[in-house]
Amino acid sequence: MSLWDSITRLYHKFGSPKYFYELSGKLLPWFLGLTVLTLIPGVIWGLGFAPIDEEQGHSYRIIFIHVPSASIAMGGYVMMAVASAIGIIWKMKMAEMVAKAIAPIGASFTFLCLVTGAIWGKPTWNTWWVWDARLTSMLVLLFLYIGFIALQNAIENPASAAKASGILAIVGVVNLPIIKYSVNWWNTLHQPATLKITESSAIDPSMLYPLLLSITGFYCLFGLLVLLATRNEVLTREQRSRWVQQEVMK
Amino acid sequence: MNDIDSEVLPLSQGFWALLKRDLVLAFRQRGDMINPLFFFVMVISLFPLGVGPEASQLQKMAPGIIWIAALLSTLLAVDSLFRQDFDDGALELLLLSPHPLFVLVSAKVFAHWLVTSVPLIIASPFLGVMLFLEGEVLGVVMLTLLIGTPILSMISAIGAALTVGLRKGGVLIAIIALPLYVPVLIFGTSAIQAASIELPYIGQLAYLAALLAIAVTFAPFAIAAGLRVSVSG
Repeated sequence: MSLWDSITRLYHKFGSPKYFYELSGKLLPWFLGLTVLTLIPGVIWGLGFAPIDEEQGHSYRIIFIHVPSASIAMGGYVMMAVASAIGIIWKMKMAEMVAKAIAPIGASFTFLCLVTGAIWGKPTWNTWWVWDARLTSMLVLLFLYIGFIALQNAIENPASAAKASGILAIVGVVNLPIIKYSVNWWNTLHQPATLKITESSAIDPSMLYPLLLSITGFYCLFGLLVLLATRNEVLTREQRSRWVQQEVMK
Repeated sequence: MNDIDSEVLPLSQGFWALLKRDLVLAFRQRGDMINPLFFFVMVISLFPLGVGPEASQLQKMAPGIIWIAALLSTLLAVDSLFRQDFDDGALELLLLSPHPLFVLVSAKVFAHWLVTSVPLIIASPFLGVMLFLEGEVLGVVMLTLLIGTPILSMISAIGAALTVGLRKGGVLIAIIALPLYVPVLIFGTSAIQAASIELPYIGQLAYLAALLAIAVTFAPFAIAAGLRVSVSG
């Protein structure tokens, strides 16, 4: 059997809600363990033991919540759009369900990012909110999530709800860089990015490591929540099939 | 097979026929055509009542007021873009046509833009005068609206296509389309602001034109895909 054959086989396996449900059931404890092992130490290390910032004092510590949620807010939207695209192009029902599951979770992290940003802004900029580029594009991102969720909720037939909101997610992800660029061009006050992949980061290792651990922990939590929500979605959409009825009756 | 093929209009003729049909339909219901313009005028005249009549303040806010009124009236108008065709079945015939759907929806959106947005563009300098804009700036207002409103029509048509199968499209279209309007709003208003303090505004216009090029290229595909989902679902 060639590599391509095994890839397509794996793809078809993943496309089956039943297989996904069984596999995700086995994966859940691992995700839970990883979340506990990374999120809790990361956040405690960051909030309790990382050194104090010279300029911002203790208030900078919210970075250990703020940056991970910002990262998930944007990453989540892209994942949602990619899942939607897979669902539309290859008509894969599982991908549609994953996209639907990501939406409210991604929106929550976007909201968390905005709230922690506001709390951080009060001592640092002496105001809860500024119409700065990054804050504004985060707010617009939240609106994009809300549009996706609203369209999902408005259409009763799950298949067409998934397709319609999938198109919207793809349109949104095409627009995301344009929105970000235009808003940047419009106004900038936010400090530049703390973490950079291509060059060395503007942060001391003693703060960087808890931050990276905390980001990893947040992503594990995100993965765990998405898995749980997708499993719920599988049960709802496949409620007529026999294996779901057996599963629920167990 | 050949007989059927020979009866199909060439694509360009199909485009013009649809454009003509939509324009004729619009002119038979002039009330619907003129309502977005009235809405535009009324929203703009509410602003001085809300924020006060001082000329300097209104002049400063004018670009934002005119643009936000324009994008709200585009949103309001777009609900009717596919609604009637959906209700009487014409939309299904359009989907069954041998021509590529994205060309046909471009004709529909173009007709809709001609009917609902061109009156706003023509009225905008008069409203600009009421908000104390002067001279060359009025021309810039018209120019930004001329380049910007087709983008708004394209974006809101995506929302209309996705929601045409639903009974209650209105607010939903707004929630879908408004976040996508952000870049147009930014470049449209900042061109007017730059012109009113006598700075060059050609850059913002170029950005707007680039957005228009992107919208005209890609939006018809999204609109067509949205219509297929709405009609089949």
